[in-house]
Amino acid sequence: MDTTPPTGSVGLVSTSTVRLFTADAPLHLERGGTLGPVDVAYETYGTLSPKADNAVFVCHALTGDAHAAGFHEGASRPGWWDNLIGPGKPLDTDRFFVICANLIGGCQGSTGPSSTDPETGAAYGLRFPVLMVRDLVEVHRALVKHLGITRLLAAIGGSLGGMQVLQWAADHPDEVANALVIAASSRLTAQNIAFSAVARRAIMTDPNFVDGAYAQAGVNPDTGLSIARMMAHITYLSEGALTEKFGRAPHPNRQEPGFGIDFAVESYLDHQGQAFLERFDALSYLYLTRVMDYFDPFADACALDAVRESPVKWLVLSFATDWRFGTDHSRRIVKTLEHAGQPVTFREIPSSWGHDSFLLAVEPYHATLRAFFDRAYEEVAP
Amino acid sequence: MSLRPDLALVADLIPRGSRVLDLGCGSGELLAHLIEEASCRGTGVEIDPGQVLSAIRLGVPVIELDMDNELDDFSDHSYDVVVLSRTVQTLRRPAAVLRHMGRIADQLIVSVPNFGYWPHRLRLLGGRMPMGRDLPYSWYDSPNLRFTTLVEMEELFAKEGLQIERRIPLTPSGRPITAPDRLANLFAGAAVYSLRA
Repeated sequence: MDTTPPTGSVGLVSTSTVRLFTADAPLHLERGGTLGPVDVAYETYGTLSPKADNAVFVCHALTGDAHAAGFHEGASRPGWWDNLIGPGKPLDTDRFFVICANLIGGCQGSTGPSSTDPETGAAYGLRFPVLMVRDLVEVHRALVKHLGITRLLAAIGGSLGGMQVLQWAADHPDEVANALVIAASSRLTAQNIAFSAVARRAIMTDPNFVDGAYAQAGVNPDTGLSIARMMAHITYLSEGALTEKFGRAPHPNRQEPGFGIDFAVESYLDHQGQAFLERFDALSYLYLTRVMDYFDPFADACALDAVRESPVKWLVLSFATDWRFGTDHSRRIVKTLEHAGQPVTFREIPSSWGHDSFLLAVEPYHATLRAFFDRAYEEVAP
Repeated sequence: MSLRPDLALVADLIPRGSRVLDLGCGSGELLAHLIEEASCRGTGVEIDPGQVLSAIRLGVPVIELDMDNELDDFSDHSYDVVVLSRTVQTLRRPAAVLRHMGRIADQLIVSVPNFGYWPHRLRLLGGRMPMGRDLPYSWYDSPNLRFTTLVEMEELFAKEGLQIERRIPLTPSGRPITAPDRLANLFAGAAVYSLRA
């Protein structure tokens, strides 16, 4: 794999939490209704410039969190996008003030379906409202405002993160100067929705799902959630990547052919499924996959009216072996933006690692981000 | 920033404030100049990864795609000017690309090396393929797939319904030649055409 050695780390970091909406001043949701209180967990790296013009917002994907870079106290593993964010790295914290927030509907510090519903005093469960990408963006906007920033120099995200960037910049071009949309989609295909449907079915038919009230019942739909993760994980990697990692290698403990873990790839998936239980909530998985299913910003004929008036500089990237949101998805975004007169840059990055490539330090990928960020920095360089 | 002489010639043919599509934009030098100096907007198309990176660094919007197959993505009349600079000879389907260009914009600017340039003819008489400043490659490592003279290039323009508005024959170093216009096919190493669809 093409990897570049990390140049620097942002070091020791910690997650903060802020209440951005309250029961009295709630978040108004796109589909109607409200949500409040809304707490958001977030981290920041680097220093905000005196003019507050060097901020870059990082939008995380389905199962990410606010901890994008650096190390938590006592942790041996850094944040999920540490290869990108840090001093001297493509998203250079010596220049940029980087913000990353946990999504609402998630389960790592921000308000989600496992938070307490003030009306009942118990966890929301399935009473939590179905969210749209625009709702996620509204909360990001409130955080940015809370931090004293009126305009982001850039917003960046991969997969579901890229969808948030697309929605945000299209709706509010005055708030996002540069938009980086990576391995994302403007409209899931039937196949995409089908995979998510099977994942949700696995969770919801687990006897320990208890109609979403599993926390009160003192159980967890471990089987369903781990199956959901195992299947999703297959879609994150290319066939070539799985072949390269495992081929048909037997599991070391294999004896006679049977129905245990006979092949190395089965052991890997099992591990992915189990490890996921430690950090993710089944209800959040339902809500955040549904957010993606309904995302279709260009269905609205007026979707790009705002950017026609006030263009955003777009960078759209896809990866050659991504079959979850492959190049066709990115090219649809590029074509639509280009037709709306936007300055849009597009590359298909050669990488054998499938959808997961957006999290890896693939050399041409990081070189592209570096060139784009270096140029963006010239807009505000002192 | 001072522009390469042949690009400066192209830039002079483009009205201020135009929306420009530059096919084979290289490192984005022409578009950067037009955006900066002539209030143009535009998009580059390039396939070479190193050049694409340079264009991104310059702040030129650039789309990495294969011109022979993927120009459908640009809609009719979506640009004022479309430029094909020293690229037509590398295309597999030059006629199809010219047709797309005529669909995308009303003004086309095409620059092309001239294989009818007299030193090339001499080299061929001597039994060797043309090489020189405009054609620096050996036959086996040349990116050029199509070999045309100005006369035959102009026949293709006519066949595709493109009208020659201006023709600027150039020396191999990219400056306009002084020889009489009718002798261009013999004395020009290359030429820039401004065409109307």
